Amino acid sequence: MSTTTAPAPSAAGTPAPQGDPTARNRDPKRRKRILMAVGGALVAFVFVAPYLVMVLDSLRTSSDVKSTPPSFLPKVWQWDTYAQILGDERFLNWLKTSLIVATGSTIIVILVAIPAAFMTARHRFPGRGLFLLVVLVTQMFAPTSLVVGLYRQFFELNMINTYGALILTNAAFNLAFAIWILHGFFSSIPLEVEEAAALDGASRWQILRRVMLPLTLPGLVTATIFTFIAAWNEYVVALTLMIDDDKKPLTVGMRAYITGYEQHWDQLFAASVIAVVPVVILFAIIEKHLVGGLTAGSVK
Amino acid sequence: MSDSTTVSPGPAPVAGSGDRRSRMPSRGGRRRRAGRIGQVHPLVALLWLAPALALILGVVLYPAIKLFDASRGEYSITGLRKGDAGWDNYVKVLDHPDLGTVLRNTVVWVVAVVAITIVLSLALAQFLVKSFPGRRFVRWAVIIPWAASLVITSQLFVLLYDYNYGIINHVLLSLHVIGTPIDFLGDDSWTMFSMVVVGVFVSLPFTIFVFIAGLGAIPDDVMEAATVDGASPWQRYWNITLPLMRPALMIATVLNVIYVFNSFPIVYTLNDRNPGYLHDTTITFMYKLAFKSQEHDVGMSAAAGIFNVLLILVVVGIYLKIINWREETSR
Repeated sequence: MSTTTAPAPSAAGTPAPQGDPTARNRDPKRRKRILMAVGGALVAFVFVAPYLVMVLDSLRTSSDVKSTPPSFLPKVWQWDTYAQILGDERFLNWLKTSLIVATGSTIIVILVAIPAAFMTARHRFPGRGLFLLVVLVTQMFAPTSLVVGLYRQFFELNMINTYGALILTNAAFNLAFAIWILHGFFSSIPLEVEEAAALDGASRWQILRRVMLPLTLPGLVTATIFTFIAAWNEYVVALTLMIDDDKKPLTVGMRAYITGYEQHWDQLFAASVIAVVPVVILFAIIEKHLVGGLTAGSVK
Repeated sequence: MSDSTTVSPGPAPVAGSGDRRSRMPSRGGRRRRAGRIGQVHPLVALLWLAPALALILGVVLYPAIKLFDASRGEYSITGLRKGDAGWDNYVKVLDHPDLGTVLRNTVVWVVAVVAITIVLSLALAQFLVKSFPGRRFVRWAVIIPWAASLVITSQLFVLLYDYNYGIINHVLLSLHVIGTPIDFLGDDSWTMFSMVVVGVFVSLPFTIFVFIAGLGAIPDDVMEAATVDGASPWQRYWNITLPLMRPALMIATVLNVIYVFNSFPIVYTLNDRNPGYLHDTTITFMYKLAFKSQEHDVGMSAAAGIFNVLLILVVVGIYLKIINWREETSR
């Protein structure tokens, strides 16, 4: 299945074969479209609803979150929870960790994936297939399954509670996606472009930097955003390696809002909103390219 | 890969590889096919791949070795290695009284989530390729559970499912679907069902988008021909769409099996308050053995981890077979 060429067939498709609809059968058609729009709204609602509850709960008082019977809208709209957690040093520490780890992993992944993807997409050499196979296999391994090994490794390296351990782990396990997506973009550039640059005497490195990278900007953006989000959302490794409260990332740290001793539901959900909303927007931007990258190896 | 035989003979091309490439076009038609893609010396390639290889070897392969290493050791509760255990940890895992339950849970969890996800996604993808006002927004809405952190979604569902305060019980009660609230996460007969719902919810977006891509790849003229031949919509779906969707279906199934099998946050978070291993899958079982049980047994957990890795490798093998992976990834 080719994902990148998906729109092509419909674009090349023939115009509606049955000729112009008369005024009489245009009405049922319109009704059908309206019905479908309503159906679409319902589908959208199902997917949005839980997160709508999250936003509404972040604007209630904590006791209102746990009231019987629950109400759909907050009894009191409490906006200052956001100001509260943004002034909370614990929260700022978690946010800092999330930002450092996600940014660090993303930079490493991009720097490492670009040369690898360029080499495998535009060149042939013995071992190329083997390398791509290794990449595909690592894509299948979530760090979850290796978490005990990761813990032992970083324990022995004395790297428990360090940003470095999380950055390296996130970088390694998200590298595959970045290589695939860039591989796909590099492969799609006509060879003549590269040949022209080579004729002008550009070195391989110059070709990559001056010619290829500017042409694969959408791929770079996709790989960057995807890696950032994956590292931002990572949970198991952070839960295992980050023991000090002030070193935890958001996903792990915010659990502290709900313990046996204190229950700050409003703060938990405000923190969740801050962690989720920017990421969803970023994700929507790269939606078009995601499937191709994730099912790569099968599309080629 | 055929490269090993076609690498052009001659002086070591490391330094002069740039020149060689620029001369290619002048070689004319004879070398045209080989010349279209630049041949490079394996050492040059290795240089460009080195950072990626270092990362994969250092942070994927090495932990896997450490995992195996740990599975053969005996550890104190504080995680210090006391000595060699041989295969004892594997025997302990296989003899664990809860292993049967955990394996059954894993099978139910993976099969239920993947099967329901595939069926629902087929229908939703079919709907989302049609054009209607607001389709863009619906597609964006569908993405949300994919983009959001799994832990946050799971924590959210813990509250939505709540016996006293949960909105789901509230709605069902108000609609008189149920007479008394359901303890979705505390009642053992409901726990797996509740987890599967969340599992399906977060697996749908990826699967829907794979199917949308698959549907987009079906040529229009095939459908038109069938319509002209008088095939009903259902006939067209069963005889044309589904067979042509086979590759997308296979890929979505295998990838989902791996993702759902590896899924930790949902099972872990929704089960947080339940003691023991009654609703655990092999992944959370492994984690709890090392970090959350009374035993804190790193060695045993590592042995369980090795079983997990082997299982994943089997599925990866099936995947490679399905996508017809050959060493030569043609062009």
